[in-house]
Amino acid sequence: MNKARDSLGTMSSIKQVINDAVEKGKEVYEKVRQPNPIRLRDLIRQIRSAKTAAEERAVVNRECAYIRLTFREEDSVWRCRNVAKLLYIHMLGYPAHFGQMECLKLIASPRFTDKRIGYLGAMLLLDERQDVHLLITNSLKNDLNSSTQFVQGLALCTLGAIASPEMSRDLAGEVERLLKSSNAYIRKKAAVCALRIILKVPELMEMFLPATRSLLSEKNHGVLITGVTLITEMCLQSPDMLAHFKKIVPNLVRILKNLIMAGYSPEHDVQGVSDPFLQVKILKLLRILGCGDSDASETMNDILAQVATNTESSKNVGNAILYETVLSIMDIKSESGLRVLAINILGRFLLNADKNIRYVALNTLLRVVHADNSAVQRHRSTILECLKDADISIRKRAMELCFALINGNNIRTMMKELLTFLENAEPEFKATCSSKCVLAAEKYSPNVRWHIDTLLKVVEAAGNHVPDDVVSSTIQLISETRAEQAYAVGELWRHLSVAQLEFQPMIQVSTWCIGEFGDLLLNGQADVTVEETQIIEIYQKILWASQCSITTKEYALTSLMKLSARLNQEVGSIQQVVSAFGSHLNIELQQRGIEYSQLFTRHNHMRGPLLERMPPFEGVRGNGTEGEKGGIAITNGLDNSPDNQSLLNDLSSPNNNNNINSTHENNESNALLLLLGGIEPGEGDTVQAVTSPATSTINATPAPRSTVNADILDLLGLEPGPTAPSNTTTSTSPAQLSHTNNSSSPALLLDGLLNNTSSTTTTTTAGIASLSTPTANSTTLPTNNFIIPQSLSQPSVPGIVAYDKNGMKLDMTFEIQDSVTTINMLATNTSLAQVTDFLFQAAVPKSLQLQMMTPSSTSMAPSATLTQVIKVNNPSKVPLRMRMRLSWQANGSVVQDQGEISHFPPALWQ
Amino acid sequence: MASHTLHQLQNEEMQQQIIKETFQLVSKRDDNVCNFLEGGSLIGGADYKLIYRHYATLYFVFCVDSSESELGILDLIQVFVETLDKCFENVCELDLIFHVDKVHYILNELVMGGMVLETNMTEIITRIDDQNKLEKQEAGLAAAPARAVSAVKNMNLPQQIKDIKLPDLPAAIKDLKF
Repeated sequence: MNKARDSLGTMSSIKQVINDAVEKGKEVYEKVRQPNPIRLRDLIRQIRSAKTAAEERAVVNRECAYIRLTFREEDSVWRCRNVAKLLYIHMLGYPAHFGQMECLKLIASPRFTDKRIGYLGAMLLLDERQDVHLLITNSLKNDLNSSTQFVQGLALCTLGAIASPEMSRDLAGEVERLLKSSNAYIRKKAAVCALRIILKVPELMEMFLPATRSLLSEKNHGVLITGVTLITEMCLQSPDMLAHFKKIVPNLVRILKNLIMAGYSPEHDVQGVSDPFLQVKILKLLRILGCGDSDASETMNDILAQVATNTESSKNVGNAILYETVLSIMDIKSESGLRVLAINILGRFLLNADKNIRYVALNTLLRVVHADNSAVQRHRSTILECLKDADISIRKRAMELCFALINGNNIRTMMKELLTFLENAEPEFKATCSSKCVLAAEKYSPNVRWHIDTLLKVVEAAGNHVPDDVVSSTIQLISETRAEQAYAVGELWRHLSVAQLEFQPMIQVSTWCIGEFGDLLLNGQADVTVEETQIIEIYQKILWASQCSITTKEYALTSLMKLSARLNQEVGSIQQVVSAFGSHLNIELQQRGIEYSQLFTRHNHMRGPLLERMPPFEGVRGNGTEGEKGGIAITNGLDNSPDNQSLLNDLSSPNNNNNINSTHENNESNALLLLLGGIEPGEGDTVQAVTSPATSTINATPAPRSTVNADILDLLGLEPGPTAPSNTTTSTSPAQLSHTNNSSSPALLLDGLLNNTSSTTTTTTAGIASLSTPTANSTTLPTNNFIIPQSLSQPSVPGIVAYDKNGMKLDMTFEIQDSVTTINMLATNTSLAQVTDFLFQAAVPKSLQLQMMTPSSTSMAPSATLTQVIKVNNPSKVPLRMRMRLSWQANGSVVQDQGEISHFPPALWQ
Repeated sequence: MASHTLHQLQNEEMQQQIIKETFQLVSKRDDNVCNFLEGGSLIGGADYKLIYRHYATLYFVFCVDSSESELGILDLIQVFVETLDKCFENVCELDLIFHVDKVHYILNELVMGGMVLETNMTEIITRIDDQNKLEKQEAGLAAAPARAVSAVKNMNLPQQIKDIKLPDLPAAIKDLKF
């Protein structure tokens, strides 16, 4: 710099002025551009000495700014170092894409050092989407033709890592040529490149075929290994190639044989095994070639047996080979002896101290257990041991395998182990494990007592992680096995009396059963002595415990109500507890509280019959048909206020029957019932007397039932007369309720049946519904017990669509009785929003009288429905017209509409 | 401290995230559990596995699909580490940090485009040595400063300034187009 200044001094004054300016510029320049860029290792030191993330960012940003500047200056001297630094910065996770172009420049440099960094940068910074690919293709082409093998190697390596379809097409020719190169170092890299190219552009496969085949006659293991990989990929990609390469099976067998027979070769020895990597690759290719091909499998049988017996298994390398051998044996059509040998190898793996080997063994056993169950059974005890492994992955596999191994002979021992496992398992295992336990117990239980015991243990062991279906399966099992109910209820009482109240499922099962079978508990059948006061005490504890969920309390409250018909002295305290719930904060519980209190006061005479024991749930357990069965318990549209229907389901069922009894009528309806083939499972008294032999076989399967429904409909169609009035009870008022119950027309029963079936089709449960219907089915569509199937009225008058706009559809069907037309309106929410506050108002000409019944609900979930009954008295038979006004809330805003319905079918007044 | 070698992962933005999560997963694992981690959504789903080996303060993590043998990959990691050990003479984490480029070069001789290329350690080391010699002949990276000094000496600074203001466009384009 001084030199520069000196020389400036000798210049003329004009020049000096100019050069002063130049000097200024230079100073500025010097400030930003340090003459010597710092070295990579200094940068790394600086970054490592940064104490905070902010400090590190500052260092990196400063350096990046500097590197950008040098890039802009086209500084080719330091480019190499700067890119190297940039790659380090990239590795730390900072953006470095501005270096892409510099990498290309380095690649274009004639120096190997530059190329090496350039190609590394290209591999790290470029990906398939970059436009720079066009630019790099040229450089690659040049370097692939270079005379230096390492330059060729760099180009191949880069191409193998980042080739795009376009690059693949452009450079496939070069790669194919290099695949035939005399240099093994180049050949092996070209093979991997070819692999990448056919992955990107499968059409190019043909082109590589001749060169690929010759790769197998190689001596060099690197070329062999890449060649085998390339062939494997070709076989996987194209069935033609697979067929073509079938003929190389003997070659592969020979190579493998040489590998295992050859003595020690220092070059390829890995812990005493000759090139395990190549062996693994060949075994894998053999598996693909032999899959489903008995000839090819035949050719490999011997060598696979040799590998399986001759490989030393004390080290990981040996086991890696054995593992691949086992996989190949299981995948090809191998001899049965060989398969047993393979499974025994896996059994040995399970005893291995190395957890990785245990892991792959379990994985493989899981894959083959269905094909060779008996062979796997022999290693059952070892697999059970793995349930106790410290490694969660191994435990998970072992659990799955255990369930696959359970059969009728070993269920007792297996279940014992699995229950121990379940008890100590991680929460994420408990749900699956308990569900699987239930399934297994159902399939293989030696007897019912054991089955009940097991389910109770499962519920207990899984704590709060029990899925709903396990709770319902347990309840169902107890409900349907009369002989064991006393035992079960005794066991459950024992659980409940010491329960910690934090595990809901167990309390739910217990309260349900004690509610149903509480009398067995008290009359000493249950092998425990219980005081009534104890029971009340426990229930009070549950009902007021803060740890208990609302659902549990719903169970408990209904159960307690049921107990009021089973206990003798404590009914008063039950009434007290129940009525206290009339002011509970939870609306569901509150409603139950009020309703149940009514049963103590105004309708005390109905309480006993109403709280009869539930009919047992019979039929298929643990699958979708439960919903249907639940539907059976939901009887009669006797109660239909939107919320309580689900609750009263189980109550109303006996109620209905009882009323039928009390009126002592019904030869007709009994006859009908008979006709219906016992669609009602054995329940209330007189009806049962008639139908009890016919159990609910039909109910077990939905299909035949619908045909029965059709029968009912036919019956109705034949007998349309008196059905109308009883069909239309829409009030919750108990007065009316009993009134309709007492109406002694056969239609009542039919009505019940029909509603029954319709409610099963729109399976609905809410809150306590799960009590009466142990289903796992908790869709909370608003129920409607009231859907009258359209086909019902079809024989007489066709229905109409009264309204279909704004996501609301109103269908009307009609029934005529003398001058009264009953319109059954079915509103469907066709929008995606929840509809609330649904209100339908109607007006008719003065000569007609209109009576609107309460709708079955005022809210609808998306695609749910509600029903409302409208009765029109038309004594003078004038044409029916109706003005209507609709309003509802959806998405927080009120929708209103009005209109006139004038397209009623003339049949209504003619 | 962890050294990660991830292959076949294209998305640049995701890489850091993957590395971070992988490290969190792997570093928490006990030594007596298996060395396989089954694919989360992050690494491409159920077909992918993380296979790692733990050496003192270093984790070597490979991400592989189901076409690779799990146990085989464990051996491959062993070969990689032994090769590093030979190339760096008693490799330690600082070697890997300060010579990231060299680690990449070694890895590129072992694995290429996600496929096993060569497992013979002697062969790998020979090739690496040969290439390093080639660099030395060119007075590789380390010698660059010496050349730079002479370049600075010969620099005509006013000319240099002009260059900044008016970069040599044809030359730049030539470089680009190469």
